Amino acid sequence: MSAACLQTRELCVGYNRKTLIGGIELNLRRGEIMTLIGPNGAGKSTILKSLIRQLPLTGGAVYLDGRDMAALGERDVARKLSVLMTAHLRPELMTCFDVAATGRYPYTGRLGILSKEDREKTERSLELVHAADLADRDFTQISDGQRQRVLLARALNQEPDVLVLDEPTSFLDIRHKLELLAILKDMVRARDLAVVMSLHELDLAQKISDWVVCVHGDTIARQGPTEEIFTSEYITELYGAARGSYNALFGSLELEAVSGAPEVFVIGGGGIGIPTYRRLQRQGTPFAAGVLGENDLDYPVAQALAVETVAERPFRPIGEEAFHRAVSVMERCGRVLCPVAEFGEMNEKNRLLRELAWKAGKLEE
Amino acid sequence: MRDDRLRYAAALALLTALTLGLLLWNIGAGSVDITLGEIADSIWRMTGIIWTIRLPRVAAAAILGGALSVSGFLLQTFFANPIAGPFVLGISSGAKLTVSLVMVGFLSRGIVISSMSMVAGAFAGSMISMGFVLLMSRRVRSMSMLVVCGIMIGNICSAITDFVVTFADDSNIVNLHNWSLGSFSGTSWENVRLMAWLVGIALALTFLLSKPIGAYQMGEVYAQNMGVNIKRFRVELILLSSLLSATVTAFAGPISFVGIAVPHLVKGLFRTAKPIVIIPGCFLGGAAFCLFCDLVARTAFAPRDMSISSVTAVFGAPVVLYLMASRRGGRGGQS
Repeated sequence: MSAACLQTRELCVGYNRKTLIGGIELNLRRGEIMTLIGPNGAGKSTILKSLIRQLPLTGGAVYLDGRDMAALGERDVARKLSVLMTAHLRPELMTCFDVAATGRYPYTGRLGILSKEDREKTERSLELVHAADLADRDFTQISDGQRQRVLLARALNQEPDVLVLDEPTSFLDIRHKLELLAILKDMVRARDLAVVMSLHELDLAQKISDWVVCVHGDTIARQGPTEEIFTSEYITELYGAARGSYNALFGSLELEAVSGAPEVFVIGGGGIGIPTYRRLQRQGTPFAAGVLGENDLDYPVAQALAVETVAERPFRPIGEEAFHRAVSVMERCGRVLCPVAEFGEMNEKNRLLRELAWKAGKLEE
Repeated sequence: MRDDRLRYAAALALLTALTLGLLLWNIGAGSVDITLGEIADSIWRMTGIIWTIRLPRVAAAAILGGALSVSGFLLQTFFANPIAGPFVLGISSGAKLTVSLVMVGFLSRGIVISSMSMVAGAFAGSMISMGFVLLMSRRVRSMSMLVVCGIMIGNICSAITDFVVTFADDSNIVNLHNWSLGSFSGTSWENVRLMAWLVGIALALTFLLSKPIGAYQMGEVYAQNMGVNIKRFRVELILLSSLLSATVTAFAGPISFVGIAVPHLVKGLFRTAKPIVIIPGCFLGGAAFCLFCDLVARTAFAPRDMSISSVTAVFGAPVVLYLMASRRGGRGGQS
């Protein structure tokens, strides 16, 4: 790995000379995406604004390619670092080409007249973000997703080593979120860029980042490779999500389980039970689920939402012990639901459970 | 891209032709009918009505009109607000106040005031008003509120000006009153020379700033990231726009709506807001607009002169109204 191209030493950031977050030590390398995550108002944007000199530092230093940024001239920084910030931009009478072309600013002369090369580079940047067809459109007349792509083209047009993005996916629908991040990932590989950004979509952060920085309280709560940070317990704790839980493997969020004695027993498995668990949770009905292998698709959701989950160890057919536990739980429930229709060697005992329920008149279709 | 350049060239040519045409028309039209031959003769010999009265007035209208609309363009860029201008933001009124203070103070002691001290007074007043507007702009984010603040500042300044006028000698009041309504009449060649220098220098400096002005149109954050030294740039922009509008106020009194209406019309004509073409475009457009308005002021109810401000208001205010109506609420509030 190459040396860090954006680095901070004991960086302190804040407003009006008051430090909000201190002791920030970041090392961003080329070809790497670093993502800041953390609850709203934790100071992700404050850190990014300080990195790009929009806010004065309250302490410490930021180094760009090993040189203290405070000592660098505007143009030197502009040629190495470009941004995509959340400011709502409504420039007057500018086409998307014009907006993307502003990225050439640090390279043009006294009057800022674009050379042939500048124009070609601008066109190429628009192509990179799949926005070549937007070139002649008015920037204020296109959709949010298109606008973010054009602004990304603008940032790339500046030919930076480091790209700083503040919540680039907010206000975008799911298709445009994925599109933007896919383009970003390509760019990082193709141009060996270093990217630091803030995201509040945890699922996306987990999938795109190489390095994750958790901003919480007055400090960096934790940072490390994505796999180390994204554990269910830690993320739930970071966000103080007392009324729900976060599943690190799926990157999904679940609401908290309904409490109380289970009223319904759900015979699930293979992912088929999940819609039922969610429906019962929404209706506020406490339920139990079983019998599920611990490697079953249903298992993490049942764990999060059911009052009680009867489970069998992974890769095994349901055994006697688990079956009897399920029977005793089922006896306490007034109703039984069985969305599963297929039974084989592994869940043969679930078929027996279903028959018992039917005989007891508890089974509902 | 080719089309754009052609369009810019054509628009600039059109504005130049318009300005020149209006210049000639202005020189020719008036209470005394004059033939082209007589005009040429008067200019050649540098005497007569044409040379001593009409020509300086026409030159002043062109130079000051241009200065005013460039000043408006700068303020609109600075505040990211399409309806900002030296008049609505109270900057012209601030200049008016200090100039009347200077006039009353000097004249009552029998001191003859030089044009330069008028300009200096106007510049000081502009900067004071500008200071207030800047203070306000930190607190209010919406563009309509900023304009309301500007109008308030303008009203306060006008009220104090009236107060000053009340205590002026009778002989000064006529002078002061005529001036404070706004007029290009009574301009001397000495005045024209001074205003041409001031406006010429300010305009050249503004033109050299067209690159950062273009960046600033993208908002402060992006401008900074592109490599603009924001602090220095803001100071430069404020000084230049104040100098331009102060020069106008010192020589012709406060003139309304030129600063908003002309840049907007010019941007529409060029279909761009790129400063490198809009700055010269605004100057020519402002010159043509004020020449036209002055022509109306002089000839509509001849031999009576109307105040220039009432004519510019008649033609400029509808443009401003249209602008406000077409914007639907205050969305340009990012700074």
